Amino acid sequence: MEEKSVKDQSTLRVCWQLFVITFTLSASTFGGGFVIISMMKQKLVTKLQWLGEAEMLDMTAIAQSSPGALGVNIAIVVGYRIKKVWGALVCTIGAVLPPLIVISVISVFYNEFKDNTYIAIALQVMRAGVAAVIFDVVIDLAKSIIKTKSVLWILMMVIAFAATCFFKVSAIIIILVCGMIGIVHTTWENKEVKS
Amino acid sequence: MIYLEMFWAFFQIGLFSFGGGYAAVPLIQSQIVEGHHWLEMSQFADLITIAEMTPGPIAVNSATFVGQQIAGMPGALVCTFGCILPSFIIVLILSWLYMKYRSLRTMQGVLTGLRPAVVAMIASAGVSLLVLALFNSSLFSVQSSDFRVIEAGLFVVCLFLLRRFKANPILIIFGSGLVGTLFYLAAQKLLII
Repeated sequence: MEEKSVKDQSTLRVCWQLFVITFTLSASTFGGGFVIISMMKQKLVTKLQWLGEAEMLDMTAIAQSSPGALGVNIAIVVGYRIKKVWGALVCTIGAVLPPLIVISVISVFYNEFKDNTYIAIALQVMRAGVAAVIFDVVIDLAKSIIKTKSVLWILMMVIAFAATCFFKVSAIIIILVCGMIGIVHTTWENKEVKS
Repeated sequence: MIYLEMFWAFFQIGLFSFGGGYAAVPLIQSQIVEGHHWLEMSQFADLITIAEMTPGPIAVNSATFVGQQIAGMPGALVCTFGCILPSFIIVLILSWLYMKYRSLRTMQGVLTGLRPAVVAMIASAGVSLLVLALFNSSLFSVQSSDFRVIEAGLFVVCLFLLRRFKANPILIIFGSGLVGTLFYLAAQKLLII
């Protein structure tokens, strides 16, 4: 039932599902925007098949090229892609509501929250689960890049990884450089076809 | 009037925070602590701690927190709205361009080039989180004596469940929190006895 294509379902139904998805993901995301992206990929690409894997990566690039929080930006692009402006609006509200509620409650009970040992331990150990979720998605994505059998893309992936992880190169520079390489590569291919 | 000021301050934070996460922190500090004196520095440090301990992006969390402190729930709503409005407009324009022009060859070239980069950046985020989970430190200050066995075990089990049985990620995250806390408490009990 859930695997039905988006086009066969009413806008209201799809929007409600989008809201539920972004709300639950945003509420359970400790550790930043990439965790949301990993979980969205799992839900929308692998499970519901509303989006393709390549599309999901394109959208991640769009979310990263815009200012603001990655987790909110990815919700906006995905919402727009699936149900235009209404989808974007619904997804944004879904993504923002959980932190809004949680922080409002905590700002009232801050002292009790800060000093609670159980909460501190739970938040520390939960990071292991979050890391596992990201690795699961990374394995799938890296496999799809390796499957292209293009030395250029595989090499770019390895270098970009080293640059961000070990040399702290900023995301904007990586996006600009890789986008340029992409353009040059396509123009080169076109020329070869013509000659 | 205060609402307008709050809206404008967070609109700027939303507009200029490229790179996400901690990139926004100095920007928020300059607006909230130094510019408008809405929070003391110690309150700001508390705010960052809360933001780290709870779900949601730091910019949205601080917008809600500052808004709450100054003007209650309406304040929180105004600040949060101001903070996400710039992203909303810019992301919509970029998405529209993407849908319209994605079949163009040049656009295809850019997108194909970006895919390996995006995978690499997600992987990098995963590695720093894993290091934080296993050693409670950043990648460059790892010491083998800090290695945490419980977290390492949890990570392996979770990854196995996800790969082998396609387990639900949300259950995995909360499950790891619950099981890990129980293990920690059990370990503490054993050490005391």
